Amino acid sequence: MMFFLEVTISGLMAGVMYSLVALGFVLIFKASGVFNFAQGVMALFAGLTLVGLMEKFGLPPWAGIMATIAVMILLAWLIEFLILRRLVNQEHIILFMATIGLAYVLEGLGDVMWGSDVKLLDIGLPQGAVDWLLDDYNLYVEKLEVAAAVTAVIMVIVLAIFFQKTRIGRALRAVADDHQAALSVGISLRTIWVIVWSVSGIVALVAGIMWGSKSGVQFSLSLIALKALPVLMLGGFTSIPGAIIGGLIIGMGEKWAEIYMGPIIGGAIENWFAYMLALVFLLFRPQGLFGEKIIERI
Amino acid sequence: MHVRGKEGGIGPPDNIKEDIKDMKLKQLALGLIAAVAITGSASAYELTVPTMDYRTGPYAPNGIPFANGFSDYFTLLNERDGGINGVRIKLVPCETGYNTKKGVECYEKTKKVGSGALFYSPLSTGMTYQLIPKVTADGIPLYTMGYGRTSAANGKVFKWVFNVPLTYWDGATVAVKYAGEKSGGMDKLKGKKIALVYHNSAYGKEPIRTLQVLSKKFGFDLKLLPVDHPGQEQKATWLQIRRDKPDWVFMWGWGVMNQVAIKEAASIRFPMDHFVGVWWSGSENDVLPAGIKADGYKSLAFHAPGADFPLHKDILKYVYDGGKAVDPGFKARVGEVLYNRGLINALWASEAIRTGMNIHKTKEPTAAMVRDGFEALDVSEDRLKELGLPGFTFGVKVTCANHKGPGKVAIQSWDAKAKKWSIVTKFYQPMDDVTGPLIAEDSAKYAKENNITPRTCK
Repeated sequence: MMFFLEVTISGLMAGVMYSLVALGFVLIFKASGVFNFAQGVMALFAGLTLVGLMEKFGLPPWAGIMATIAVMILLAWLIEFLILRRLVNQEHIILFMATIGLAYVLEGLGDVMWGSDVKLLDIGLPQGAVDWLLDDYNLYVEKLEVAAAVTAVIMVIVLAIFFQKTRIGRALRAVADDHQAALSVGISLRTIWVIVWSVSGIVALVAGIMWGSKSGVQFSLSLIALKALPVLMLGGFTSIPGAIIGGLIIGMGEKWAEIYMGPIIGGAIENWFAYMLALVFLLFRPQGLFGEKIIERI
Repeated sequence: MHVRGKEGGIGPPDNIKEDIKDMKLKQLALGLIAAVAITGSASAYELTVPTMDYRTGPYAPNGIPFANGFSDYFTLLNERDGGINGVRIKLVPCETGYNTKKGVECYEKTKKVGSGALFYSPLSTGMTYQLIPKVTADGIPLYTMGYGRTSAANGKVFKWVFNVPLTYWDGATVAVKYAGEKSGGMDKLKGKKIALVYHNSAYGKEPIRTLQVLSKKFGFDLKLLPVDHPGQEQKATWLQIRRDKPDWVFMWGWGVMNQVAIKEAASIRFPMDHFVGVWWSGSENDVLPAGIKADGYKSLAFHAPGADFPLHKDILKYVYDGGKAVDPGFKARVGEVLYNRGLINALWASEAIRTGMNIHKTKEPTAAMVRDGFEALDVSEDRLKELGLPGFTFGVKVTCANHKGPGKVAIQSWDAKAKKWSIVTKFYQPMDDVTGPLIAEDSAKYAKENNITPRTCK
């Protein structure tokens, strides 16, 4: 029973880590209807930049994080200036393809700027098992994942308030619904895009920090986007709480599958099992658990 | 006799002067033509060595040090010795990204470059499997040092493939031997549990067959725990290890999988001195992210770490200080485990090229001649000393039937405080009595499937 509990908790915690990546996708999709293929690479780029700045200029973690946030905002502005503003009113598939290009450019840029070797990221986040749980209850929970869970909760609350209660948040939602209609009521599409890509960049930085603290910052971080996809399919592309709940379900489901079904069918099933689980949910709720149902009237 | 010339100077008369001038011009022209012909042919022929690197993508942190070591050695030969037996080496880099498809493209793209590729070392078991039929058809040696298809050790079947100095199956037997020794004898392994955490790919699956045989032979329980590419998330694997409490964990990992596994092992407080990785799971990259908790982690090894060898000094002098390094920023990392791995790969390959040139008494070897060089490769410990690597590894000798060499393996241990790997055991002999029949069985199967009649070796 204790082991089952341990698997469940670990699954939930792993799910939170996936959610951190999924949140970045949701933000951009929610505000612009674009599926940002580069989100995983943005997490990598943010992580590389943070470690690079800390190493090169001897910055303390807080200064490194602030400087990286500035870099991510600058990047958002550049993306808007160089790519998005030239593609206003284009089909979503065109914007999607632009983000594929962006992913490769950012990966190359990260490589050129900071190199390809594994970089240690230590900003003082706790590592290892929670000792008292392990010693007193023989329950293994990782401190880093607890920190990630707390961070995710804070982020969701802040983002929910931002989207629901602020003028900018409402403007973001208006842009997401209809670019032209939003423009017609005086909302600056360019400003909104810069804001949303900046916020998404900051979320990517958080994901980069958590995943980078786990394994060192390295180029495989860009592949964590693959872990976020089933979360998005399940939770919906437009729901911030959906990204969290989706992450929890996927994380828990894949760990149960790997541990209890894996030995029977050969192991290493958690990756595809996550997609299968998401697919099953899609069959019943194509918009995802919390996604907005699109009703088009003729 | 000298006569006065037109200007009253001492010398031949003008008409004779003209003749001499014409003659000299002709001689000069002929000399020039000859020189151009000679240098022309010399510059046309270079020893073409494609380098299948991966400096980008998720496996770049491991690919880069290896690629640097590999390239630096050939660059050193060019800069210090003028190449091999006086013939310069032309490196042809191709980026594979550790992607099998791209690796095959690299092969096709580079095999006819210059005077033709002399051998390939793809640093990927997946690519190796794809390239074996291709190199066999094209007649180019494939040198998969310590990776690839283990049964390619049987030279009677795999004429064009070499995996000297050892195979994964040798590694698996030595890992078990070491576990037995530490448990108080091989008989003490009975009833013990050994878990294999492996990269869920052709590479990671290689030792399974051998470990299954060893499990039967010594009576230990074998638990197989695959980890999918790239291995960033392994919680489920390590929870199973926590539940099953194996006595030993062996790991066949690569890239981020190694770093995450070592960190997870530390988190669940698995004893590091009972955690043994293969030689591809034992570099500085793998242990540094886990910090002090990685102290005592073990890995198999077939060469020394460090830069305290005369060869490294030459590399720093001729390659890095000479401004010829392919990755100048790497200077401070020369001597890392994977750098040394690339170095020794290049050294054995260059010795094979030299041997091929000597056998065929030529300065322009073909890939087939280099294959002969590989098959006659004999790099003793004395020769290693001459080459600037005394005590770096064991002597190797390849024969027509045995393409894997001696297969010896040592154990290295990570000192997290000093941030240093050290070899902590002797070089163990592998269990040839176990691997021999398996190699024979697997290679016979391959020969049958591919209609190959095994060669006869003297």
